[in-house]
Amino acid sequence: MKTWIAILASSAALLTVSCKKGDDQGSRKMTEGAKGAKQPEPSGPVTVNGSGSTFQKQFQEVAIDAFSKSQPNIKVNYGGGGSGKGRQDFSDQVTDYACSDAPYKQDAANKTKGGEFLYVPMLLGAITVSYNVDGVDKLQLSPETVSKIFQREIKKWNDPAIAADNPGVTLPSTEITVAHRSDGSGTTEQFTLYLDTATHGAWKLHSGSTVEWPADTLAGNGNSGVAQIVKSTKGAIGYVDLPDAKASGLRFATIKNQAGKYVAPSSESASAAGDGIDVKPDLTFVSVNAKGDTSYPITAPSWCMVYTKQPDQTKGDALKAYFKFMVTDAQQQLSGIDFAPLPKSLQDKAIASLDKIQS
Amino acid sequence: MIDQPKPLLGSSRDLVDRAFGWLAFGAAALVLLILGMIAMTMTSRASSVFSKMGLDFFTTKRWAPPENIFGGLSFIWGTLYTSLIAIVLAVPISLAVALFITQVAPRRLKMPLVYVLDLLAVVPSVVFGLWGVLAFASPIQGVYTKIHHLVRGIPVLQSIFGDTPQGRCFMTAGIILAIMITPIITSLAREVIETTPQNEKEAAYALGATRWEMIRGSIIPHSKGGIVGTVMLGLGRAMGETIAAALVIGASIGQLSLDVFSPGNSMPAVIANEWGEADDLHKSGLIAMAVVLFMITILVNVIASTIVRRSMARSRGKRT
Repeated sequence: MKTWIAILASSAALLTVSCKKGDDQGSRKMTEGAKGAKQPEPSGPVTVNGSGSTFQKQFQEVAIDAFSKSQPNIKVNYGGGGSGKGRQDFSDQVTDYACSDAPYKQDAANKTKGGEFLYVPMLLGAITVSYNVDGVDKLQLSPETVSKIFQREIKKWNDPAIAADNPGVTLPSTEITVAHRSDGSGTTEQFTLYLDTATHGAWKLHSGSTVEWPADTLAGNGNSGVAQIVKSTKGAIGYVDLPDAKASGLRFATIKNQAGKYVAPSSESASAAGDGIDVKPDLTFVSVNAKGDTSYPITAPSWCMVYTKQPDQTKGDALKAYFKFMVTDAQQQLSGIDFAPLPKSLQDKAIASLDKIQS
Repeated sequence: MIDQPKPLLGSSRDLVDRAFGWLAFGAAALVLLILGMIAMTMTSRASSVFSKMGLDFFTTKRWAPPENIFGGLSFIWGTLYTSLIAIVLAVPISLAVALFITQVAPRRLKMPLVYVLDLLAVVPSVVFGLWGVLAFASPIQGVYTKIHHLVRGIPVLQSIFGDTPQGRCFMTAGIILAIMITPIITSLAREVIETTPQNEKEAAYALGATRWEMIRGSIIPHSKGGIVGTVMLGLGRAMGETIAAALVIGASIGQLSLDVFSPGNSMPAVIANEWGEADDLHKSGLIAMAVVLFMITILVNVIASTIVRRSMARSRGKRT
């Protein structure tokens, strides 16, 4: 029963949010336009609502904060809730835009109520393989070894497979404890997608927001939950996004990329991965296991989606202005929060795609 | 303006009466309607998983969203198992507290006790959950390990009290649930016990019974049915509890274990955990899980109210 109430309540809350149009801005005049690129300006106060990816939540907050300073007439709300929820809300037209770490599956993409829409790439982010082993300050891992560790085929830190990746390093015989997400997550989806792509069939758990983790593994809620397990358990290893790994002061492994180089996760190496990917015409792409010597291989993408046909001119202009802001000015904020800005080639494509929004 | 005095009797009063009757009926019908609509929508949205998995949804434990395989057995098991642990722990304590308040405690102590218990009943479950995961789960792990060492070598016990990788497991969830349902069972049991007629109690005393003999001879037989009913209501609450369970149960996927110290998962917990990122069939699978939970809780509640009704009828029959 409680579950029903929760689901009902959350959808009711969303409805009220999306019904609440430009209320508090009153008759404040628009005095200054956005700085930098010239952007379409809405004629009156307007509210734009989005939901989805928690991976993007921090970026959205930063972007909204900066955007509201240059465009006080536009109020942007971002609800989070998970990529799957974002796609559903957007598809049902409960929200005006959605952020998601994965594109729609093909049949679901054709069911959106608002018709044709754009995938606008927003950012890239590194997923670290964080660990807690005494006396091991530097750890190198190949995708095959990561796959063996997370499938529990390797149970001790001094296993020959790990030793082979780390010549000259003394590894303890500590038991390995694997930590993963308890909640369905885009981070899990990208991490397992990486293992699925990079190991040529050695990874058997497939890729998804939830996979069948072996019985003797630990689950934590959210990136911070996994980080907490790794931090507090000797011998633990887990996948955590870069901002949370840094915030928890975890050590993380360098991972062998497609070019055979061991690369550490960082804003720069994730951006570099963005240069080595094949982008499809609809601007979707897979960013794990990217080409290039300096690419970090476990790099996750994230998009925002917006309908190309905007029935309401004011709202359409507002959405266009906010999207333009996200792919231009807001990009500079990303490395400060340990995410990666879009590489130039991708950014140009993202900016150009916004011309398709008609209002 | 001067108000016209309203006639107290006559046709307008009938009208008001009838209008109130319809309003009350409407409100009652609305509840049923909403319940029916929820059941219908959920069943229809779950149908794609039910038709794909068939009975396997109830009898297999493999839950693999990437491969579109959804077996719910491990979650059904987890719900029943944690609720069982909660009931085993909560019932003796609740009954003891209820008896203490009604029979033993001096009047001055009675009111504050009742007050504190009612307060405990309104603490939001997320508070229990966070407390469980932040303050309770890691210290209790040491206790679990001791218990495990204690029973090592004893055939059945060593598999029930197995080795523990962490404090988040069936047992922790069961304990948290027990804490949550104790005030509910206590306050309902207290009311049931207080319905024992004074003359039956005095009759027991008159025969020279001690207080314990009076409780056993008068109160327990009189309130047995009612107490079973309150326990079932507590069970219903424990099975539906979401956030607290999701935080402390360990969230394993598809594991079926008798070991109370192994991480598990329950129906509401898996829904709460996986809903946000679920797609298509996965979402349908979670809704199917909710339908099963819905059916089980309704069943438990129906059984509970039947027992309560029967026992009330029986005790009335006895008295006349």
